[in-house]
Amino acid sequence: MLAKKQFLADAAVRTRDTGHRAFVRKALGGYYTNRDLQKARYRDWEHARDAASLAKWSAVNRLDELLPRFVANFEANGGQVHWARDAEEARTIILGLLRAAKAKAIIKSKCMTSEEIHLNAAMENDGYGVVESDLGEFIQQLRGEPPYHFVFPCMHVRRDEISDLFGKHLGSAPTDSPEELTMIARRHMRRLYVDADVGITGANFLVAETGQISITENEGNARLTAALPRVHISISGIEKVIENLDDLSVLLPMLATAGAGQPMTCYNTLYSGPRQPGECDGPEEMHLVLLDNQRTAILADPEQRDSLHCIRCGACLNVCPIFKNVGGFTYGTTYQGPIGSVITPHLRGLADWNHLSGASSLCGACTDACPVRIDIHHHLLHNRRNAARTAPSRLERLGHRLFVVAATRPWLFATGGAMFRRSLGVLKALRPPLLKDWLASRDLPAAPAHSFRAQWSARSRGRHSN
Amino acid sequence: MIAPASPPPTSARDTILARIREALRVPAPVPHLKSHSAEQAVVPAAASGLPALTVLPAEVAKPWLPDGGDTPAERVRIFTENIEKLRAVPCRVPDLPAAAEAIGALVRERGWQRVAGHAHPLLEPVLANLPCSVQRVDGSAEFDKNALEACDAGITACEAAVAQTGSLLVSSRTCGGRGLSILPHVHIAVLTVDQVVATVGDALHLTRERAAGRMPSMLSFITGPSRTGDIERILVLGAHGPKELFVFLVG
Ligand code: SF4
Repeated sequence: MLAKKQFLADAAVRTRDTGHRAFVRKALGGYYTNRDLQKARYRDWEHARDAASLAKWSAVNRLDELLPRFVANFEANGGQVHWARDAEEARTIILGLLRAAKAKAIIKSKCMTSEEIHLNAAMENDGYGVVESDLGEFIQQLRGEPPYHFVFPCMHVRRDEISDLFGKHLGSAPTDSPEELTMIARRHMRRLYVDADVGITGANFLVAETGQISITENEGNARLTAALPRVHISISGIEKVIENLDDLSVLLPMLATAGAGQPMTCYNTLYSGPRQPGECDGPEEMHLVLLDNQRTAILADPEQRDSLHCIRCGACLNVCPIFKNVGGFTYGTTYQGPIGSVITPHLRGLADWNHLSGASSLCGACTDACPVRIDIHHHLLHNRRNAARTAPSRLERLGHRLFVVAATRPWLFATGGAMFRRSLGVLKALRPPLLKDWLASRDLPAAPAHSFRAQWSARSRGRHSN
Repeated sequence: MIAPASPPPTSARDTILARIREALRVPAPVPHLKSHSAEQAVVPAAASGLPALTVLPAEVAKPWLPDGGDTPAERVRIFTENIEKLRAVPCRVPDLPAAAEAIGALVRERGWQRVAGHAHPLLEPVLANLPCSVQRVDGSAEFDKNALEACDAGITACEAAVAQTGSLLVSSRTCGGRGLSILPHVHIAVLTVDQVVATVGDALHLTRERAAGRMPSMLSFITGPSRTGDIERILVLGAHGPKELFVFLVG
């Protein structure tokens, strides 16, 4: 209930903030152009989506077979796997690894799973300093805010705010050039890569047939994070497994095109374990933490199992009219936007998070944008249905019962309708509590003088007498 | 005799795997697809009772993804066009001595003091002719992260190049390790035209065959110079990796 109240309060503020709305729309403007340009390079985008969807579907539905196969291959290459049933177990494992490594300096690249388990706070509690190396995540870390969008973490922040932020924390001179600001972060970060003893990354795909972990990024920070420190720790949800490199060769370009309008993300890197004999650098140890944290609950729901196909491209956020109006923070979740509204009730409880499924116009833009064809907007409906089943609203039920009574008795329906038409003006003026929220952002239209049925029969009479 | 009941699963691994098996007992419907490929691609797999793919998505998808060219000449043309759009700099040279010449000229023009490289047949003539000092990162000298960080540029070979996306594929085994292609401010790649393959899948298969059962610990597709759009979604090159990428195509 608290989450819902917070959502409504924040949404009311954000939607009225026209400056924020215009800024977000402008930032996304370039995305639409680039995405369309890149999509046009596909000989058949819609069929390619089928292939991507099938690749994920066949992997998720054979997770029992593919996950152990991945683990066996990864371990054969010298990597170490740690299983975590929930967020707490994952944090304990990682803190244990940091202790064992005697970590002094930790560098981290973008990893939404670590946001999900609130890893940074846990590390800081234990006295470990950690620096987010992805530019957007670094800015959010300095601001003390979570990511605003799970692919574009600081897309809501203006350059002058970033300039002030860097001035305050890094002592840099003010500038309004995005390029100069990027270079300030670059210069600040380079020593940190070289000096860090532990690097923490996420994972985008786990390739079962070869035991490799695939990481997608644009900046090169994940590559540096996995190249220079002595220990590499990667965190991944169990649903990231795909069968083979063929699947990967379809998913990598599609992830880039759908999510950011690129032909390929700048760096797509496959790690099969620690440095091998004959290689001149790379970590001595590589650890992978495999996280369940309620993913098996989604898996157990065949209707919504396909929400585990998500490759976190962010396309559904970029096209969502609700996201663009309420903004990323209003959701109050790790995963924002349409897909976040689908999975958060599973990850954190339907009763508390069902309201997100109501925050949709059901326009289906998300479903159209999804490269792996997740039936996103229908799942929002499924969540609403499930919530109505588990915690039915008495008032709504009463309303529907009354409607059935009226709708099955034409005379009652006509009388009720006539009364309603007459009292519409009064309702508008009185604003009873039930209608108040609805009327806050909408106008009631004037009632027509005659009912639909009366108008219909008048018309058909007219036609017959012609 | 009655077999003793097995103890309940306790380790996180066993619990998660048990949850997965339990969850998958009810099959999920085959996804709604635009095409008829679902019927072609999906047949029931006898063992699991679940439908499985018999046709690999990559094979199915190949004619749908961006074009990578059918002939070597087409592949080189598409590759060159794509990397130009990505703001990498393609340089076509007839032979290795010409590559060495051109890279030497670049080093002189930029006034670079120290350039890093690794042992490789394609690189030896280049490294031998550099008008600056050379940092080796191939096990022939003690590897020092600080020394590599101080280099002006890194020169590497490639496993393959991909026309479809304009990507280079480098590995930790044959391209000077993990750091060389990402830490110096400029990346110079040297490859022959016959290394350009059509698709991402082709490059991965080629590497896999070459790896003979053991993949290098790192394989990386590099698609243009390092970039970010994190500030107001405005493109900036050189976020953490190289700001510039020169691709010398020999042949
Ligand atoms: S649900 Fe689909 S569109 Fe949304 S982030 Fe996941 S893969 Fe992308």
